[in-house]
Amino acid sequence: MYLNPRIEQKIVRTVLWLFTFITVAILVFIIVFILRKGLPVVTWEFLSRNPIDMGKSGGIFSTVIGTVALTLMALLVATPLGVGTAIYLAEYTSENRITRIIRFGAECLAGIPSIIFGLFGFILFVTKLGFGWSILSGGLTLAFMILPTIIRTSEEAIRAVPASFRQVSFSLGSTKWQTVSRVVLPSALPGIVTGVILSIGRSIGETAAVIFTAGSVLRLPSSVFSSSRTMAVHFYILAREGISMSMAYGTAAVLVVSILVINLATYYLMEKFIRRYS
Amino acid sequence: MSDTVSMGSKSVAIAVNDFSHYLGSEQMLNKLNLEVFHNEILAIIGPSASGKTTFLRSLNRLNDLLPGSRVEGRITIDGQDIYGPEVSVVELRRRLGMVFATPVALPRSIYENVIFGNRMAGTRDRRHLDEIVRESLEQVGLWTEVCDRLDSSALKLSGGQQQRLCIARILALRPEFILLDEPTSGLDPISTMKIENSLDHLKKDYTIILVTNNTKQAARVADRTAFFLSGELIEIGPTDKIFTAPDNVKTNDYVSGRFG
Repeated sequence: MYLNPRIEQKIVRTVLWLFTFITVAILVFIIVFILRKGLPVVTWEFLSRNPIDMGKSGGIFSTVIGTVALTLMALLVATPLGVGTAIYLAEYTSENRITRIIRFGAECLAGIPSIIFGLFGFILFVTKLGFGWSILSGGLTLAFMILPTIIRTSEEAIRAVPASFRQVSFSLGSTKWQTVSRVVLPSALPGIVTGVILSIGRSIGETAAVIFTAGSVLRLPSSVFSSSRTMAVHFYILAREGISMSMAYGTAAVLVVSILVINLATYYLMEKFIRRYS
Repeated sequence: MSDTVSMGSKSVAIAVNDFSHYLGSEQMLNKLNLEVFHNEILAIIGPSASGKTTFLRSLNRLNDLLPGSRVEGRITIDGQDIYGPEVSVVELRRRLGMVFATPVALPRSIYENVIFGNRMAGTRDRRHLDEIVRESLEQVGLWTEVCDRLDSSALKLSGGQQQRLCIARILALRPEFILLDEPTSGLDPISTMKIENSLDHLKKDYTIILVTNNTKQAARVADRTAFFLSGELIEIGPTDKIFTAPDNVKTNDYVSGRFG
């Protein structure tokens, strides 16, 4: 079929524009929908008070703390493990069968449904190791879940650092570790941070893996061995058990806004960092 | 082959004996024999893939970083075998500063670029570092151009300035040798001239080995010139002789522009 190139150009442009528009429209629709339903409930009281009567009234304070604690725990474990693995894969080994197996393993880990992680975490941390339903069990489970993302993005960021930087560093008498820590990692940091942000988003929004491992206790957690409920789990229970739809939307709105704020804040910090280094 | 007789008054700094370099099964350098004297500028010319850069990188053992790299024969610096088991590669690289074909300023300030090597060597004293920065930048004629913005990013400098910064960065380590790998190949004529001028000054304190694709540059700045071809040393001698009356017909063909 022959089309006049100019008409073809127009059609392609329109179709691509449409696709982009649909993508953005869906995102905007979801956010507007959640915020319109949820924001009226969100007040200072809602944020600062603990849930009363299963969440029918009161606020969501303890679930905010639960979410922050669980996410922090996951990041504290997964970031060093993941970045360390990425450094090893990218800088300390040459490409061979072993590294391919490690990378393949990490990718498989990324494809496992989160509920399987939940089950695994329940068996290993909650029962076998006796941590019970706790922030510790939940955080470790989430850490395993986000590990592949952090490894993958960090490794790519490290590989993207120009080889000439390493050469210069070595030629000036740096050791391997000095080259990695003083030259390669600072340059790779923006990419590594992007992976960590993605992971934060996944941790905050996770329900299946968390219900099995951190439980759903509404009380304010007092230590890493306390069971705790995250905002996502709270939303799930409120909506599924029909406790209060308006409270559920309020929780969802806070969830969406906090992810937005985290993203913006991290990009702002990174911008400042990049400006300092280049 | 090398006329050590006429250069007899000068002392040998680097001695290369039957040195070969392999990458996997491929031979990159074939049984090189040559000497480098203290405080001379030795130019290495030759067509691409003749082994010039590989030879340069054998001297500071940067080739060690390549997978499958292997050497035979000996290179001694002031009598010490640099591939010997007791040699510290880190120390060796501080003694032989290297400048690459494309200027590579690290993404940090001008000041931090100059003292990068010193920081890695553990120098902390701020006053001492300030002094090193000033001296090194003065030696390459960059001090007056950048002294008021030492804390701004080195990436904002022009290509020629970055390359001089790279030279200053190795001078900061007080090396004995300066290895230049086509240092002006990406620069404009004025920047090239500035770098050639600083080489002339640097010769007093350092021994310089200059790999260049620009035969005219070799003729302008080098005391002696070596001609490499396919991983072999074809001829080495005083620059005048290499360019006007070389012994080897291949050298003659190359310097007169008949191939390469």
